[in-house]
Amino acid sequence: MNARVLPYVLIAPVTLFLCVFFLYPFFLVAQQAFTTGNGFTMDNFREVVSYWKFPISLRNTFLLALAVVPVQLALSLLMATMVNNMKRGRDLVLYVWTIPLGISDLAAGIIWLAIFEQSGFLNSMLYGLGVVDQPASFLSYQNMTVVFIAIMLAEIWRATAIMLVIIVAGIGLIPKEYYEAAEVFGASPWKRFVKITLPLLRPSLQTALILRVVLAFEVFAVVAALGGSIFPVLMEQIYENQFNLQNGGTAAALALIVLAISISFTLVILRALRVPKGATI
Amino acid sequence: MSDAASVSGHSTNKAGRFVYVSGVVLLCAWVLIPLYLLLVNTLSSPEAVNSFPKSFLPGFDLGSLEFFAGFSGMLVALKNSIIVAAITMVLSILIGAPAGYALSRFEFRGKEVFRLLILLTRAFPLPLLALPLAVLFIRTGLDDTAFGLALVHTTLAVPFAVLITFSLFSGIPLELEEAAWTLGCTRLTAFTKVVLPLILPGITASAIFAFVISWNEVFAAAVLTIENRTLTAFLLQTLSESPLHLKFAGGFILVVPALVFIFAVRKYLFAMWGIANR
Repeated sequence: MNARVLPYVLIAPVTLFLCVFFLYPFFLVAQQAFTTGNGFTMDNFREVVSYWKFPISLRNTFLLALAVVPVQLALSLLMATMVNNMKRGRDLVLYVWTIPLGISDLAAGIIWLAIFEQSGFLNSMLYGLGVVDQPASFLSYQNMTVVFIAIMLAEIWRATAIMLVIIVAGIGLIPKEYYEAAEVFGASPWKRFVKITLPLLRPSLQTALILRVVLAFEVFAVVAALGGSIFPVLMEQIYENQFNLQNGGTAAALALIVLAISISFTLVILRALRVPKGATI
Repeated sequence: MSDAASVSGHSTNKAGRFVYVSGVVLLCAWVLIPLYLLLVNTLSSPEAVNSFPKSFLPGFDLGSLEFFAGFSGMLVALKNSIIVAAITMVLSILIGAPAGYALSRFEFRGKEVFRLLILLTRAFPLPLLALPLAVLFIRTGLDDTAFGLALVHTTLAVPFAVLITFSLFSGIPLELEEAAWTLGCTRLTAFTKVVLPLILPGITASAIFAFVISWNEVFAAAVLTIENRTLTAFLLQTLSESPLHLKFAGGFILVVPALVFIFAVRKYLFAMWGIANR
């Protein structure tokens, strides 16, 4: 087979696969959202938006993303810088820090449940220290702040690793000469970080943020494990519509809303962190 | 003068070093302690798990795990999870690796569009695909089957498979292949005899990554399976009624393969993201 046809043959399976299982389903989801049986309609959207849980779940999802992503960005940058200066034990530390990468959101939720549930480790510790006389019921309506903090901690614990991996890989690609030159001219470590690392890391930051923000709006199993129905989020509402209400149309409408939010944030991040044309490392 | 300066410099250095080391240790503890607490719960008897106050040391009692194994439907769910993840692993490598090879070796028209399609998949909340596919699968008889779910999980895993194999193939010089051609190999034999052996560990790593993606996936699994639920779907759907010790044992079973697999692929994690970003 000649070299002109071969690449197309090689990419054909994955292209075909993504057309059938990625592009086509998105077309279907849109179709399902905008129809109810007799032609085009916005009824599904109207129904979804007017449901009393919608504003709450929208707010919860946004608040959670807002609370989690910036912390993760700062934390992963800090961790990446720490690892970068490490002489001994780098591999071990990186392994430990990337462990949560392989852990599912459901398992992460269960892990933090072990800490926050009524007979859990946090209560046991507070009791042992004499702070409380009897175990407090943290994950309940009375303690919404604690529910939020528990979900937030579980999300930060679980999903910082993916950003860390992308940023460590990105820092590895920055030529050492830049840092040497900056050092010769007397730039402090902080200055080197702000003037060299951050700007040159832009493509990696872009990828890391897009991936994380999209996943943040998809938050589901962590919330299900820790908050149950007392902390509604968008994905949980989709699940609810699909299963308990058996309404594919409203589920699809909600899915499109999540999709629209994800795409708008992706575009904002792409724009905010764009790499100037022609600039390469 | 230089003496005094070097002493004070030395001591701030020492303080900085202390802050640095304790920061690293603290962050390691932040990752490991929650995992340890899950382990304590898993290795304690159901009574100990539900009692208060809790011991911070494991009781080394297999009661919770036995309860997990004996819980109706749990072992079947575990088996389903493994089957779905295995199919996902095979499919995403079979479909993804050729494309990775094409991206690393050829310049062709539409290459940029293709790369964009691959990158685009990462900017979408993919589990949402499960909704329309649920309808489609019922029509084609794929509903509630391991294969149907594996197809959705492959959509999640295949972009990563393409990008990882792309970076792996890029790491092998074209000259090696060319040398094989001049020595009488065809493109295919050069590939199987020269490139494949070099790349096999990396391919394994990316296969493992695909396995973990499928193994961990919750939403699509919960939407697409009813009778043949995977472990994540089973745990999710029994969350509200299952006892604590069952949740913790289940969570532990979910975590174990992840620990092993991340250890196995740790070398490739960084290489793959380095290339994938450009």
